[in-house]
Amino acid sequence: MGRYVARRLLQMIPVIIGTTLIIYTLVWFLPGDPFAGRCGARPCPPAYVAEMTDKYNLDDFWLIAYAKYLWSLLHGDFGETFQGLSVGEELLRAYPTTVKLALVAIAFEILIGIGAGILAGLRRGSFIDNLVLVSTLVVVSIPVFVIGSVLQLFLGMRWGIFPATVGGDASLYNLILPGFVLASLSLAYVARLTRTSLAENRRADYVRTAVAKGLPQRRVIGIHTMRNSLIPVITFIGADFGALLGGAIVTEGIFNVPGVGNLIFRSITTRDGVMVTGAVTVLVLVFLLVNLLVDLIYGWLDPRISHG
Amino acid sequence: MATTQAGIAPRADQAGTTPLLEVEDLRVEFRTRDGVAKAVNGVSYTLHEGETLAVLGESGSGKSVTAQAIMGILDSPPGFVTGGKVRFRGQDLLTLPDDERRAYRGRSISMIFQDALSALNPVFPVGWQIAEMFRVHEGLSKKDARARAVELMERVQIPAARERAGDYPHQFSGGMRQRIMIAMAIALDPDVLIADEPTTALDVTVQAQIMQLLADLQRERNMGLILITHDLGVVADVADKIEVMYSGRIMEQAPVHDIYATPAHPYTKGLLESIPRVDLKGQELSAIKGLPPNLTNIPAGCEFRPRCPYARDICKEQRPALQEVVPGRFSACHFAQEVLEGDIEPAQQ
Repeated sequence: MGRYVARRLLQMIPVIIGTTLIIYTLVWFLPGDPFAGRCGARPCPPAYVAEMTDKYNLDDFWLIAYAKYLWSLLHGDFGETFQGLSVGEELLRAYPTTVKLALVAIAFEILIGIGAGILAGLRRGSFIDNLVLVSTLVVVSIPVFVIGSVLQLFLGMRWGIFPATVGGDASLYNLILPGFVLASLSLAYVARLTRTSLAENRRADYVRTAVAKGLPQRRVIGIHTMRNSLIPVITFIGADFGALLGGAIVTEGIFNVPGVGNLIFRSITTRDGVMVTGAVTVLVLVFLLVNLLVDLIYGWLDPRISHG
Repeated sequence: MATTQAGIAPRADQAGTTPLLEVEDLRVEFRTRDGVAKAVNGVSYTLHEGETLAVLGESGSGKSVTAQAIMGILDSPPGFVTGGKVRFRGQDLLTLPDDERRAYRGRSISMIFQDALSALNPVFPVGWQIAEMFRVHEGLSKKDARARAVELMERVQIPAARERAGDYPHQFSGGMRQRIMIAMAIALDPDVLIADEPTTALDVTVQAQIMQLLADLQRERNMGLILITHDLGVVADVADKIEVMYSGRIMEQAPVHDIYATPAHPYTKGLLESIPRVDLKGQELSAIKGLPPNLTNIPAGCEFRPRCPYARDICKEQRPALQEVVPGRFSACHFAQEVLEGDIEPAQQ
């Protein structure tokens, strides 16, 4: 197990180098003058251009510049934006909000997604089952920005049940609506996955054995069937959590959530290359770590999977 | 078309005592999209303490479905018991409410399955799965239940039982897994053990060991054992009597040695002739021609007629009932007597 984790952590090194290289290269070769529009309506003063060119190694060959960037990254220095803001500090400010939003979304996926999936899976062909199938199909078919905007309009603005935007105050209550919107797509998948997995496992031989052992119905379903059925579901939710931690550009945009997604979106529109590269590096790292965690949980849930 | 079924009289030496298990005119059907499959059509048999009954038949003959109906573990829907009785020590199980019925499962009647790998839950340790019997049925503590589970694993000869109780099913060999399945089934000392093809998935050498273990346990605990199999070789040594099933009905019932020497039904005769024999090495193996009937549309008359070498006109019109041919032997064939005595020629067709 320890060796498995060590191997996986070592595997992250080339992935991190690869992704940072790609992002850095893409930003580096973006067409246009990096100083365009930086100094208001006038061109930037030569002293400023010289200072910035030196600071960001703009005169170097791009691979050398990348190596210098990577070197400071290894020392924990994410660099500064053109405005002189520390990228590390900006990320640290935005990240807790994204984590909170992701947790709210995951909570919805677990409560509603698994709940609906269990109800549907236990009574296939029933009214509930059909309701779940149809409603999840509807949710899957509608783009997130439509769901987000519609819910914001009705629940947030017309009826005033939830705050329409989050703004500076990212409290859990404020994040309920964006969290639900963010969860909606995965929630539908979770419900369907749970339903299918449960229905499949109910026919399994070991469930028949559990019945033949004379176990009460709730033990047969609650312990023997459920434990196996939820393995793929938990794996899915775990992987989704990793993706959600990458920030949600659309949802954060609609509800003005000051998270990582918003930060990246703003940085891209303002051509803030340092910020984009730094943020994406962190996201990749978080995604890889969460995936490692999911794989470990998977091995613990299903003893047949061995991390030898 | 007559579908009457003769009741089977208890054996003379056990007349008067209540049998352990009586199955009477049991009928099961599967209601599927493609029609109603009549899987069991009036099966009756009795089982006494310490007796081993072998139920023999091809796939789809209804032998496993009968067992599942006895256990109350039919997949329902699509499976439904449409008639008959299953009496355990005189009590009809089919009319009991679910929770009372459940009390019999595992405690009075228990069952082991063909493929222990899929029949054991893959995500729980084997010791835990055995211990669950004691925890749920007898309310034992985790620790006591585990100790009992280890004892059982030792009884079924699993080496290093104490250490291996925490292992998962996939970490055992096929034979060991079947032993665990057996340990779980005998945990609460049931009166009836149903073994549904317990050795089919195993190597031949392991098969013999498992059969020996089952025979030992049966003697030790005086259980009634129902052995479901399609392997005539497996049953010869252990069974007391044999039921041969075909198309959801019993074709022949007889003490085990009689049936091997002189089958009283053409189907049994065909089965026996299709066993490879060392003394007939080099000769062509005879097989029963054709396929079993489609259970959604069983033809009128004798179910075996289309494959029967001796079929006559009467077989097309009348379904033969299971009748006593000589004392203690029953056969569902119009020409049972003749088949028994070897006094019938194949039909010219």
